[in-house]
Amino acid sequence: MYQINSILILSAIMLISGCNQNPKQQGKSQNQQYSSIEPGEQFPGGATTHRKKINKNAFSHGSANMSFEKELDFKIGNGVFRRLWVSAPASTQAADGLGPLFNARSCERCHLKDGRGHPPTENGNDNAISMFLRLSIPPQNQEQQQLIVQHKQTVIPEPTYGGQLQDFSIQGHPAEGKMKITYTEQKIALADGELITLRKPDYSINRLAYGHLHPDTLMSPRVAPQMIGLGLLEAIHEDNVLSYADPDDRDGDGISGKPNRVWSQEFNKVMLGRFGWKAGSPSVNEQSQAAFAGDMGISVPLFPNGAGECTDKQKDCQQTPNGNSPQYENLESGLKMTDLTVFYSRNLAVPMRRNYNAPEVLKGKKIFYETGCQHCHRPQYMTRKDSIGKEQSEQLIWPYTDLLLHDMGDGLADNRPEGEANGKEWRTPPLWGIGLTPIVNNHSFYLHDGRARNLLEAILWHGGEAEPHKQKVIKMSKQDRKNLLTFINSL
Amino acid sequence: MKKTMVLLVGLGLSASTYATTIKKDVLNHYADLAYIMYEDSLISAKSMQQAIDKLIEAPTDNNLAVAREAWKQARVPYQQTEAYRFGNAIVDDWEGKVNAWPLDEGLIDYVSSVYGSESDENPYYAANIIANKKLQLSGKTIDTSVINKALLADTLHELDEIESNVATGYHAIEFLLWGQDLNGTGPGAGNRPASDFNTKQCTNGNCDRRAAFLKALGEHLIDELEWITAQWNKDGPARLELLNSGEDKGLGTIFTGMGSLAYGELAGERIKLGLMLHDPEEEHDCFSDNTHWSHYYDAQSIKNVYTGKYTRLDGSQVSGPSLSDLVASKDSGIDKELKMRMENMMASMQVLVDSAEKDNIAYDQLISEGNKAGNQKIMDVVNALLDTTKGIEKAIATLNLQEVAFEGSDSLDAPEKVQ
Repeated sequence: MYQINSILILSAIMLISGCNQNPKQQGKSQNQQYSSIEPGEQFPGGATTHRKKINKNAFSHGSANMSFEKELDFKIGNGVFRRLWVSAPASTQAADGLGPLFNARSCERCHLKDGRGHPPTENGNDNAISMFLRLSIPPQNQEQQQLIVQHKQTVIPEPTYGGQLQDFSIQGHPAEGKMKITYTEQKIALADGELITLRKPDYSINRLAYGHLHPDTLMSPRVAPQMIGLGLLEAIHEDNVLSYADPDDRDGDGISGKPNRVWSQEFNKVMLGRFGWKAGSPSVNEQSQAAFAGDMGISVPLFPNGAGECTDKQKDCQQTPNGNSPQYENLESGLKMTDLTVFYSRNLAVPMRRNYNAPEVLKGKKIFYETGCQHCHRPQYMTRKDSIGKEQSEQLIWPYTDLLLHDMGDGLADNRPEGEANGKEWRTPPLWGIGLTPIVNNHSFYLHDGRARNLLEAILWHGGEAEPHKQKVIKMSKQDRKNLLTFINSL
Repeated sequence: MKKTMVLLVGLGLSASTYATTIKKDVLNHYADLAYIMYEDSLISAKSMQQAIDKLIEAPTDNNLAVAREAWKQARVPYQQTEAYRFGNAIVDDWEGKVNAWPLDEGLIDYVSSVYGSESDENPYYAANIIANKKLQLSGKTIDTSVINKALLADTLHELDEIESNVATGYHAIEFLLWGQDLNGTGPGAGNRPASDFNTKQCTNGNCDRRAAFLKALGEHLIDELEWITAQWNKDGPARLELLNSGEDKGLGTIFTGMGSLAYGELAGERIKLGLMLHDPEEEHDCFSDNTHWSHYYDAQSIKNVYTGKYTRLDGSQVSGPSLSDLVASKDSGIDKELKMRMENMMASMQVLVDSAEKDNIAYDQLISEGNKAGNQKIMDVVNALLDTTKGIEKAIATLNLQEVAFEGSDSLDAPEKVQ
C-alpha cells in the first residue's frame, strides 16, 4: 500500500518535471547483440511460464511454479470462469443472478479459450459475443466535469444505456440493442509494390430497446483481450512503469507514454491504470469484478447491485428479482467465488516461446529494435518482490508493453476519452503469446476491435506516435518484414 | 517383464548402483502400468461397444441396462489412468477428446424444457444435432446429415471454441445412455427410455440418428484408446518422452501427475466447486450418478502410480518397482506416512461409494444445500486429498525433486538474476 502512495507522489513529480532523466533510453542499449537470445528470453513469464504442448489450450494453464495447493484455487477459479450463470431465482442460489442485461452468461464465453475475442462475422447473424461497445457521453455539467478531473470516474455513462451496450437479456426484458459493423476497404501500398487492403469499421446500434441514445453518445468497440500473464503485468512496480512515462514528450523523440490514472474502488484512491484497452482499470481484481457486473450482470463485492448495469432509466430492469443471497454476503458472486476467479485470472500462464533461437527470429528481433517498436512495446521487466501472488514475485518477464497510453492517430481513434486517455490514445497491448492466437482462437483478428485480420494489418493501422515506425515497416524489404513478423509470432 | 524387475529389489546391489538402477526401473514400470491401464480401458470400451450394438439392434430395457453397466465398467480402468494426465504432455494434450466435461447436452440431443433454449451466446447450446441435419455456424452451414466419428471429432467437438460443446468421449456416451438427470439434488439419475433407440417405435424422434450418434461415439472412443495405448508401448512417444527426459525429471513427472490430480483437478474442479455451488450440474458423472466411482478410481489412480500396483480387469495383479520403494529406501517413515494418508483417502472415497451404493444417497444429493452431513462427507474427501497432497510434497522433498516436480522451476534461477 505504501508503494501505491509513493508512486502517486512520484508520478505527480514526474508529470511536473517531465521525466528529465530520460529513462526511455534504458533498455535500448543493453540489447545490441542479436546473434543469440538473451538469458531467460525464451520464458516470457519467468518461472510462471508453462512448457506444455502448444495447442488450443495453450492459454489455459496455471502458473508453472504454482504449488499443488494453489492448483485447487486455480481449478475452482476455472470452474467459476466457465460457469454458466442463470437468471434468478433458480434452484442453485450460488449460481443465479444473471443480468437482467448481459453480454455473456459466463466469463469464458467472451474470453474464449482464455484467448482473444473476435468481431462478429461480416455476413451474419453472428452475435457479438466476444466483443461489445462501450458507451458514454462527454461531461454535461460542472459536477460531471469534476468527477472526471478528480479521477473519480473515467467516463460519464450514457444516461439510459449505461457504460456498455448489453446485447442479451433474461426473459421478460429486452436486450439493449445490437451492434452493427460495416467495413470500408482502404488500400495501402508497401514500398516493394505489395498492396495491402485494410478494413475500416464503422459502428452503429440497431434495435435500440430503451429509447434514443443521448445525442452526444460516444461509442468504443472492445474485443475481449487474451488472459495470459495478467498477474505479471500487475506485479510490475509502478515506479518502473512511470519511469518510462513522458506525457509531454520532453525528450522530443515523438513518443509520449502517458499513465492513465483511475479511481480504485478497492482502495478508494487514484491509482495507475493498467488493464483494459485504455488502461481504465487499476488491477486484475477490479477489472474482473467490473466484468462480472457489467458483462454478466452479476453482483460482486465491489459492485453489489443485483441489477447489474441497469440504469435508473431502466426501471423494470432495476426492479426484477436478483440473485443476491444472504449466505453469499448478499451478493450473486460472493467474496470467495469472486476471489477464486480473480486468482485464476492472475495466474493464467504465458506459454514458452517457440523457435526463439531460429536465425530468422533473431534477425526479426534486430529489426524490431531497429524499427523502434520497443519504445512502446517494452520488452523486459523484473517484477516486484512483494507482488500479490508469490508466483508473480521477482520474475524476469517479457511482455512487450509499457502499460502507457499513446496517441495512435486518427485511423484507430475511437474519439471516446477514458480517464486520462483521450480519443486517440490507447494503452500499448502486450505482445506475448500473440502468435498463438490462430492456434488458440482459430483467427488472427487483432487490435481493440479486431479490425486487423493479421499482424501486418495491425502494424499498418499504427499511426500518431507510431507513424514513423509504421513507415519504416512499409519501406523495409519483404524479407525484413517477414522476419519481423516471424519474431513477433514467436513471442 | 514386471516380475523380473521386482526381483531386482532383492539383489542387494551397492547403494549407489541400486539407486540409479531403480530410478530407471521405476520409470519403466510406470510406463508399463500406463500401457496396461490404457489397454484395459480399450478392452472395456470394446465390450461397451458390443453392448451398444446390441442395444441398437434390440432396444430393450434389459439391453439398455447392460449397456449402462458396460459404460460403468469402462470407467473403472480409464479413471485409474488419470494420474498420467498432468505430467505427461502427450496425455494432457489428448485427454479432452475422451473425457471432456461438463457438456452442454443440448448440442447433441433433445433436452427438457427446463434446460432452456433462450437465444443464448452459445448458439449450439440447444442445437440438437440428432434432430437437425444442418447447423448454421456464423453464417456458414454445416452439413450434419451423416453422423459419423469424423463429424463428431473434427466438426462438432469444441465447436466455435466453446469448451462445453462436447461431442466425443465418455460423457457424451453417458448422456446418450442415461439422458438428463432431471432430479436436481433429489434421488435418481437420468432416465432415458430404451425406445429412444427403437427405429420402429421411436420415442422422442430421430432414433436412427441417435443410434448412429451413439455408435460413432463408441467407435471414436475405441480409436482414441488404441492410439493412447500405443503411445506407451515399447517405442511409444509418451514412454520415450518420459524416459528421455532424465531420471529425476521423469520421477518429477510422476509426482506432478499425482499431485495435480489429487488436489487441483479432483479436490478442486470436480469436488469443491460443486460443493461450493451446491449444483448437480457440476457433478462429474451427472447423467449416470456414477460420480462416486469416478472419484474413487481417480484416487485409486494416485495410489497405483505411487505403489506401482494395479489390479487388472481380469483380476490379475500387476506390481513392480515404484516411487514408494524409492522413497522408502531414503526414508521409510515418509513412505509409510504417505501410504497411510492414501489409505485414509481411499476410506473417505469409500464413504461416498457406500452412500450411493448402500444407502441410495448419490453424490448429487450429498452436495445439496443444507445437507450438512452430506456436505461434510464431501469435505472429508477434500481434506483427505489435501493430506495426500502434503504427503506427496514430503516425498518429493525426500527424493530432492522439488526443482523438477514443478514445471517452470528448473533452469530459471539463473535468468532471474540477470539484469
